[in-house]
Amino acid sequence: MLELTATTSKQWSRIGSRGMYGQAILDLAGSCPELVVLSADLGNSSGLDRFKKSYPDQFINVGIAEQNLIGVAAGIAKEGFTVFASSFAPFIAMRASEQVRMNMGYMNLNVKAVGIGSGLVMGFLGNSHFGIEDVAVMRAIPNMTVVCPADCGEIVKVVQAAAEYDGPMYIRLTGGPNCPIVYTDNYEFEIGRAIELKVGSEVAVIANGSMVAPSIAAADLLTQHGVSVGVFNFHTVKPLDEQMLTSISKAYGLIVTVEEHSIIGGLGSAVAEFVSALDKPNRVVRLGHPDYFGKTGEYEFLLQRYGLTADGIVDSVLTEINK
Amino acid sequence: MGAEKIDDIQIEMMALRMRKRILDMSLRCEGPTHLGGGLSLVEIMAVLYGSVMNFQIENPRWADRDRCILSKGHGVLGLYTALAEVGFIEEEDFQSFKQNDSHLISHPVMNLDLGIESSNGSLGQGLSMAVGLAWAARRNSKNHSIYVVMGDGECNEGSVWEAAMSASQLKLGNIVSVIDHNGLQSDGSTEEIISTSQLSDKWRSFGWKVHEVDGHEISALRSVLAMRSDTQPTCVVARTIKGKGIDFMEDNNEWHHNRLTQTMYERAVLSLTGSN
Repeated sequence: MLELTATTSKQWSRIGSRGMYGQAILDLAGSCPELVVLSADLGNSSGLDRFKKSYPDQFINVGIAEQNLIGVAAGIAKEGFTVFASSFAPFIAMRASEQVRMNMGYMNLNVKAVGIGSGLVMGFLGNSHFGIEDVAVMRAIPNMTVVCPADCGEIVKVVQAAAEYDGPMYIRLTGGPNCPIVYTDNYEFEIGRAIELKVGSEVAVIANGSMVAPSIAAADLLTQHGVSVGVFNFHTVKPLDEQMLTSISKAYGLIVTVEEHSIIGGLGSAVAEFVSALDKPNRVVRLGHPDYFGKTGEYEFLLQRYGLTADGIVDSVLTEINK
Repeated sequence: MGAEKIDDIQIEMMALRMRKRILDMSLRCEGPTHLGGGLSLVEIMAVLYGSVMNFQIENPRWADRDRCILSKGHGVLGLYTALAEVGFIEEEDFQSFKQNDSHLISHPVMNLDLGIESSNGSLGQGLSMAVGLAWAARRNSKNHSIYVVMGDGECNEGSVWEAAMSASQLKLGNIVSVIDHNGLQSDGSTEEIISTSQLSDKWRSFGWKVHEVDGHEISALRSVLAMRSDTQPTCVVARTIKGKGIDFMEDNNEWHHNRLTQTMYERAVLSLTGSN
């Protein structure tokens, strides 16, 4: 079984999120004989090459047909198998959205849909391949659990936890090869339970996916500016950890959410929805992709453009607290 | 042979009772129902549940049961009445059709205890689930069949053909799809909207074994629905009449989704049984 250590965290980071998904699935197969893995002709892109070779009878490539991918996955899950189905994030969340709604939502069937390459990591492939609305779509569907792991180590944790969890789930993978590392040692992961990574007193930064690492770096930089910042990994967007969020609301003034997703409908919206209904709501600032289709470029260039870097987060926080 | 003839007659009687019940349900709910497309598949459902499919009423989750997915979910009147005939749906539940909070609404809602295998209503999705069920059956070395009842209009949906391709690619001989080919869809005839004149050829070209049959002919339906091959999925194109059995509803698309008044109900019963 894969184990998170300082050494493996570096190795896994180099592999990147997609490759790590494949490794985690391959690892899972040893302990999960009921595992069935599906792809819509993106098996190799999902890092599933070795799984496909090792377990050909438990792998199905349905072809370039994402609607069918989800329906077939649901049929297999209905018969008691543990089913993971992956494709690029927009193709699962939007091309197959209604299949997700009927099969995973309405019928509550135990499919784990994995959106690879979500956020902006597809770079020059352009907006057709970006996942900037997937969380909004997925979390609006009843019964869905939505998880976005912070780094490659957490991908392993999520895949293991997902296999144990009985219910439909969307797993959103952000970041590319050489993902920033958040975790270098084993830790307790539980779906629906957010993790406090850094304690502060003034500003709470709530992030998930690829934005957790730069949020930690931003918090360190902000300390130099005399701002005390807490950082929280809300890997599960739904169900939202309301208990942790209530504690954050009481302990901090400003709440800043950071995600590689549209500012509409994602983690920031989920946090704002909850906090706005509290007796003493905090001000919530949502950082993410603006509500337009921009011109595209390299991944790092795009993150900088939208302020989704440590420096960008620092600038946004300083601007907001000085308002 | 004699026994078969008797069985055919019994199924014909079952179909007649189902039609009468469809009229009763439609009158009682005091609102529009999908009468046309429910009536057209009565014999198909009667043959499936009355003769072809294996299931256990007392053990609805029996692992070896044949599965039936009503992909054309608006055909529920044909499904509920078949399930009531064989004893899955009891009278009390049956009376709740289209009442607030009922299990039984205008499209199927998955409820294995009532024999309802899946939730449908959004067309073009049932066959994909069937591919998954059939793959899982084979993986589990089970011999049961997966029946998918679809509409000809439903075949407009691209997702049907995604699933059709994968069923033949995966060599799923344990799937039998039945197309209720009544030639009408919501807005008019299939010929004027998306032609179904090549429907059988389309399924054949997607790698399926195709049988064409009169969808109201019990004995013909019984023989083709019992057929399946080892490695090739089967498609039964059943020529039907929308609104079958009620003279003023037959082939009349006004009855795709419409409300049955008391006067019309009486006319319909007269048409069906020759008496009130």
